[in-house]
Amino acid sequence: MLEVQQLAVNYRGVRGLDAVSFQVEPGQLVGIIGPNGAGKSTLLKAILGLVPKANGVVKYCTCPLHQQLEKVAYIPQRSQIDWDYPITVWSVVTMARTRQLGWFRSPSRATREIVKAALEQVEMFNLRDRRIGELSGGQQQRVFLARALAQQADLFLFDEPFTGVDKKTEAVMLQVFEELRSTGKILLISTHEWGQSLHQLDRLCCLINR
Amino acid sequence: MLNSLMFDLLFAPLDYEFMRNAIAIGLIVGVLCPVVGSYLIVQRMALLGDVIAHCVLPGLSISFFLGIDILIGAFGSGILGAFLIAWIRSQSRVKVDSAMALTFSTFFALGVLLITVLRNRLDLDSFLFGDILGVTPTDIGRSLMITIVILLAVKLFYKEILFYTFDKTGAQAIGLPTNAIYFGFMAAITLTIIASMQAVGVILVISMLVGPALTAYLLVKELHQMMLLGAAIGMFASVTGIYISYYYNVPSGPAIVLVSSSLFLLALLLSPSQGILTRSASDRLSQLRLNRSKPD
Repeated sequence: MLEVQQLAVNYRGVRGLDAVSFQVEPGQLVGIIGPNGAGKSTLLKAILGLVPKANGVVKYCTCPLHQQLEKVAYIPQRSQIDWDYPITVWSVVTMARTRQLGWFRSPSRATREIVKAALEQVEMFNLRDRRIGELSGGQQQRVFLARALAQQADLFLFDEPFTGVDKKTEAVMLQVFEELRSTGKILLISTHEWGQSLHQLDRLCCLINR
Repeated sequence: MLNSLMFDLLFAPLDYEFMRNAIAIGLIVGVLCPVVGSYLIVQRMALLGDVIAHCVLPGLSISFFLGIDILIGAFGSGILGAFLIAWIRSQSRVKVDSAMALTFSTFFALGVLLITVLRNRLDLDSFLFGDILGVTPTDIGRSLMITIVILLAVKLFYKEILFYTFDKTGAQAIGLPTNAIYFGFMAAITLTIIASMQAVGVILVISMLVGPALTAYLLVKELHQMMLLGAAIGMFASVTGIYISYYYNVPSGPAIVLVSSSLFLLALLLSPSQGILTRSASDRLSQLRLNRSKPD
């Protein structure tokens, strides 16, 4: 179970989040909605400890989450990535295994199998040797989805995954979310546009501007 | 006949020890700079190389004064400059370009002042523009040591640094020691500049950091290929520049830099995938294929 208690964040002297509390059971898909600037991204980052907390606790299975980050897969907003970076689809997904491989180790045979399976699940295996800059927005998003899958995490945090993706990618993503949920994973997904996929959610967490 | 003439042109200069030393340091710098420079480029921090290069001057002057190895002083003052920039950025709304401009000019001014005050025998001219023909075996040893340490670190931590430079937030999210990687990166840039100072000087070192790696960037798909090809281009540019300098009696630092930039221009115009002259042809070809594959 993921527990967020009284989470608060200050950003350059302004309160970005104030006293956010909620709990998520395994197998739940939680949507985080709210207008732009309400702090959806900040909430996800604060849960991971990527922005300094002013107050609050985040626990997973009764232990602080920041001590078990290897159980978390985080998918950043598309705008945070430099898509001209010289890297192929395959290498991006292989990154997922960095922690599990450990220092000084190169990808093993088992790693390659995991990466291949993840790419097949999002239907991107055929494009594995492409440079990421040559892909469409939807394909790029699927590469990051594959990276999250290859991490084999228990907790998935997606920041605005539906922004600028095509119908095909949206369908692949929703299907993957469904599979993850059925295997008891926890999913937190921030977005400002849910559309027809709203009925897939177990719960909705709404952030408001004050 | 032609063969023996080529042979003479290439090997006659090697009779001189100063030429052998120059080529040795040229090869070392040619490998090291593009590897570190690749990281600078993909993080959009190319100018940081220039900034740190200017920041080493006060440390250099102090090392001369105290009679310690220049590696220690230059390293300390280069790193200090890099962290001052990071500190100003984190503590205020000042943007990174302004913080860099202010820091490097301040350090440079301090360095020039110290040279006079401490009555150094430091030759500002060779610091700025390099003096590759005056390279000593000690310089070569130092540069070689730095190169081995950095290449080893890049090899050992390749996948962690790749993750960090590609996706900083993601790297932090999986718990990689991002602060340590950042510090290591700053240290590597500073050491690279110290290793290259003698060959091309601090004004032109940025060209060796960026030029060959950028040429490679236009030709390959992945970071490690960019480093390998960049190193090959870097070595070629160094050696060619040194020969041009020998035969035409021009300063070697600028000769190396101009060879490197000419190669970049060539790649920019003729790269198979991204060249200005070649791109339009391949675009037209793929457009044609696309049209043909459409059902209607």
